[in-house]
Amino acid sequence: MTKKHISFQLNGRPVDALVEPRELLVHVIREQLGLTGTHIGCETSHCGACTIDLNGDSVKACTVLAMQADGGDVMTVEGLADNGALHPLQEAFMQEHGLQCGFCTPGMLIRAYRFLKKNPNPSDEEIRTGMSGNLCRCTGYQNIIKAVKAAAEKMQSA
Amino acid sequence: MIPSEFEYHAPHSVAEAITLLTQYPEEARLLAGGHSLLPMMKLRFAEPAHLIDINGIKELKGISEQGNVIRIGAMTTESELIDSALLNEKCPLIPAVARLIADPQVRNRGTIGGDIVHGDPGNDHPAVMLALDARFILQGPEGERTVPANGFFLGTYSVGMAADEILTAILVPVFASSTGYGFNKLKRKTGDFATAASSVVVQLQGESCADIRIALTNAGPCAFRAEAAEDLLKGQVITDALIEQAAQKVMAACEPDEDLRGDAEYKTHMSAEMARRSIRDALTKAKG
Repeated sequence: MTKKHISFQLNGRPVDALVEPRELLVHVIREQLGLTGTHIGCETSHCGACTIDLNGDSVKACTVLAMQADGGDVMTVEGLADNGALHPLQEAFMQEHGLQCGFCTPGMLIRAYRFLKKNPNPSDEEIRTGMSGNLCRCTGYQNIIKAVKAAAEKMQSA
Repeated sequence: MIPSEFEYHAPHSVAEAITLLTQYPEEARLLAGGHSLLPMMKLRFAEPAHLIDINGIKELKGISEQGNVIRIGAMTTESELIDSALLNEKCPLIPAVARLIADPQVRNRGTIGGDIVHGDPGNDHPAVMLALDARFILQGPEGERTVPANGFFLGTYSVGMAADEILTAILVPVFASSTGYGFNKLKRKTGDFATAASSVVVQLQGESCADIRIALTNAGPCAFRAEAAEDLLKGQVITDALIEQAAQKVMAACEPDEDLRGDAEYKTHMSAEMARRSIRDALTKAKG
C-alpha cells in the first residue's frame, strides 16, 4: 500500500511523517515521532488513555487516522510542561495524589487541559462529566477530581 | 489493532464524494466520525477497499433555522448539537439526547448523520428522529430527495438509502407551543449503549393528546415506533391508567436481543419503563 506524506503541528513544532492510510494517529505519534507519553489502552475508544488534543478538541487518538491529522494542530501530554516547568495540572496531580499506577495519567492530563480551557471554573459535577471519557483502572477517581479542581483554582488565581 | 489496507480519499465536496461512491460500487464506505466504523474495521467486521473521509466537506456542517424547520448538517458533531443555542431553544430534545451519548471525546468526533445511517439499533438518534418526525435529505448521482424518518430504519445495519447516496442534512420541526418531549435512557455506565431508551414527543390540544410519537432504542433490530401505544393515547386525556395500558402495548412491540446488558424479558420491561417516564416527562413539558 502506498504511503502518504503528512505534516502537522505537534506541541507547537512542525512534524512530518510517511504513513499508511490505515495507521492510527496514536501509533504515528508514539512509534514514528517518538512521543510515548500518549498511551494505548483499550484501542476501542472506551478508556481515554490515548486522549490528545486535535485542533482544539479532545479526541481519542486510537480512533483517528493519522491521515486525518494532516495539516492539523496536535498537542500531547509532552506539550504541557513549559521548558521543564510543570503545568499547574501536572503539579496538582502530584500534590493531590491524582495518580496511582500512572497509566491513565497522560490521557487524564491532556483531557483536563482542554476541559479547563472550555470551563475554567467547574463544579465537581461538571468535572465528573467532563472527565467521563477517561477510565482509571486503579479507580483513583476522587483524587483525580480533586486535582482538576485544585488546578482550576490555581489557574484562576494566576 | 489497525484496520486492513484501504485506499483513503478525502473529497472536499458532496459531488466529489458521490463520484467516488459511484466509481467504487460495493467497495467504498463513507467515514464520518469513525467511532463505529473504525472499531469495526479494526475487528475486520468491515473491510472497505476505499474509505471516503467526508470530514473535510464544509457543506455538511452547521445548524440553521429555515422557517419552522431546523436544518442540521449531517456531519454536525454531538458536541456541536449540545452547544447549539438554536437547538437548545427550539428543539431541545436533540441536545438532551446528545449529552447522554458516549463521552466528551467521542462526542467531539461522532456525528448525527453517522449515528443515523449506521443502522446500529443501539444508536440513539434514530429513535429521536422517529419521535420528532424528522426528514432526511439524501443526495446521489440522480440528485437530491427528501425522505421521512418514518420508514427509513429497515433492520440492523439496514437503512432506506442507496449505496451511492449520502445523507447531507436532517430536517426537524421547531417545537410548537403545547408540545413536549421526554427522553429516558437506561445504561450501565458512561459510554455504554442503552439497555433501553425511549424518546417521546407529545402535542396537546387543551387537556387532550392531539398527537404523540413513542420511539424505542435497542428494543428490536432497529429503532421503531410503538404505534399501538400511540393510537391508544391519541385523542385522550392521558391518565396514569392510560399510560400503564400504553406501556403494555410498548412491551408487546419489543423484541430485544439478549446480551450482556440483560435478557429479553428484562430489556422489554425496561423499555416500557423508559416509555412510561418519557410520556410523563413529555406531558409535564407540554403543559409548560
